[in-house]
Amino acid sequence: MTSMTPTTSMTMVQALNAGLRRAMEGDPKVLLMGEDIGPLGGVFRVTDGLQKDFGEDRVIDSPLAESGIVGTAVGLAMRGYRPVLEIQFDGFVYPAFDQIVTMVAKHHYRSGGITPMPMVIRIPYGGGIGAVEHHSESPEAYFAHTPGLRVLTPADAAEAYVTIQQAIASDDPVIYFEPKRRYWDRAEVDEVSPISGNPWSSRVLRRGSDVTLVAYGPMVRTCLEAADAAAEDGVECSVIDLRSLSPLDLDPVVADVQGTGRCIVVHEAPVMLGMGAEVAAEVTRRCFFHLEAPVERVGGAYIPYPPNRFEQHYLPDVDRVLDAIDRVTAV
Amino acid sequence: MTEDVIRLLTPEGEFRAHPDYPIEVSPDLLRQLYRDIILTRRTDIESTALQRTGELGLWCPVLGQEGVQIGAAHAMRPSDYGFTTYRELGIFHVRGVDPVELLHLYRGTSHASWDPRRVGLGIFTIVIGSHALHSVGYAMGIQRDGADEAVLSCFGDGATSTGDVHEAMVFAAAFNAPVVFLVQNNQWAISVPVTRQTRAPLATRAAGYGIPSVRIDGNDVLAALGVTRVLLDRAREGGGPAFIEAVTYRRGPHTTSDDPTRYRDEAELDHWASLDPLDRLRRHMERVGALDPAFVAEVDAEADALGERLREAIRGMADPDPLGMFDHVYAEPHRQVTADRAAMADYLATVEGS
Repeated sequence: MTSMTPTTSMTMVQALNAGLRRAMEGDPKVLLMGEDIGPLGGVFRVTDGLQKDFGEDRVIDSPLAESGIVGTAVGLAMRGYRPVLEIQFDGFVYPAFDQIVTMVAKHHYRSGGITPMPMVIRIPYGGGIGAVEHHSESPEAYFAHTPGLRVLTPADAAEAYVTIQQAIASDDPVIYFEPKRRYWDRAEVDEVSPISGNPWSSRVLRRGSDVTLVAYGPMVRTCLEAADAAAEDGVECSVIDLRSLSPLDLDPVVADVQGTGRCIVVHEAPVMLGMGAEVAAEVTRRCFFHLEAPVERVGGAYIPYPPNRFEQHYLPDVDRVLDAIDRVTAV
Repeated sequence: MTEDVIRLLTPEGEFRAHPDYPIEVSPDLLRQLYRDIILTRRTDIESTALQRTGELGLWCPVLGQEGVQIGAAHAMRPSDYGFTTYRELGIFHVRGVDPVELLHLYRGTSHASWDPRRVGLGIFTIVIGSHALHSVGYAMGIQRDGADEAVLSCFGDGATSTGDVHEAMVFAAAFNAPVVFLVQNNQWAISVPVTRQTRAPLATRAAGYGIPSVRIDGNDVLAALGVTRVLLDRAREGGGPAFIEAVTYRRGPHTTSDDPTRYRDEAELDHWASLDPLDRLRRHMERVGALDPAFVAEVDAEADALGERLREAIRGMADPDPLGMFDHVYAEPHRQVTADRAAMADYLATVEGS
């Protein structure tokens, strides 16, 4: 972004709203469907004002049934529409899991390439907002493990504005995980420039010579803060935002770890078989002779998401990332 | 069979007009329906034989259900769209699916069989009930396009127990979608009788959604045609969804892997064989003089030629290129698939070179 380009300070909610609006203006086949997304504007207000401007046929308040939302969207996509769906919270996506895994993910393959499934399923995910149960989960690995789906997660408002439009433009189904604890974080958003860049790639946000921190979604900010804190102690960290969990672009991670020799993967989801397992395996395979320490993973314990009075202990934070940095640099 | 069903053709082959479901029964129509049942039945028999000789991995016989399927398919306009189960050979045939295309799936060379754009039928899903929702979504698309089209959504009695069928009815009613649900109640979901799926006739469920329903004799090809046509017309004109329960019977096994002797009586089978949809049509055609020997011989010869074509095509079908399994996972390039494909190609090259 150059200083010549006018930008607007927006929260991630506002950026997503602006991105959805621009996508709907650009393509009459784009329509939104979900629970409470009409007059209410969604429980997080991401679709605020869109039904008023685009009408009830394009911003559809659905019956309260997630499988129904995704299943009817399959039919709409077969008919040539590009449905953008809102699942109200992470823990409510499971009733739609069969439609997503069995139908959405496989349809282009099963049809021999005849019928694409251009659909975006937006899911606010992750914890940190003191919510009741089923409202703080991080189910991204289920979806990244399913061939046929793409999985994106923005780390900030500027990213959200661009990548929601790229997800909608994709002819493949995209599970779009929105880090709800970052919904109200502000960033400068460029609404003027043409949408460009490859969303299916990792972003190097900071370069450091000692440790490579790998994160996505809500943990990107946590890792940037940890990198600032570590720098005060003289440890320089790179921070890489994976951004796309399928496909997974590990080339920048591998290149960086070949320099630092140390890698830490951070996510909210349980460490056991989480995204970090794939990152650790590939980084170990491709950087084996460069590693100075085992690849560390920082994330959730292997327990259901706990009641929110526990979440300050459950969720990775700056101190836990710094603790892992201590471990890898002590080797 | 209960007597509360709409029936235009008695088991004895007598036509009885119904005021709500007018239908002009010409000799040409009767011959078309006869031909469709004969050819469907031939594909069904040949496919079972091809499975038994190891050429196909599986087959789902349709014997007994051809009447409702062929009648309902003829009620559709070419521009209408259908969603079906796997046991829907009569509909596939009428819509122009080449049975060789269809058998690719059972041969194991492909997950899909036909181009849905050409025949106006979505590729079927083997997961029960899922496609009821796809039907409603497609119909919602028709509404948004302002198109003069409707959707026929077919599933079985077992599917009515699934959540997706319930949600499909909810969405169809909420959006007044132009879709006609056609339940073929063939009495059995593999080994489980319909009494395990419902205490009340399935057609009565529709009332709870505010959707009108009709119960028809599913072995009466004319009732299927007449009733489905009226309800598709109604849907196209903005009348909203409707629900048909076609009472019929699956006389064959669930699939070639099934053994129905473990769960049902021979007497039940005999009863339903006496209600065979082809016999009924044949009796009617004989009554009205529409079944001359030359026509019968012509259709039989066509069926023989079809059987021969199927056997030759399936026995001669080559295995696919191994790297073909990587095709079409995504519509746009995906680095993981690209990498996995390259790794497989490299591996195959070493195997072939050794």
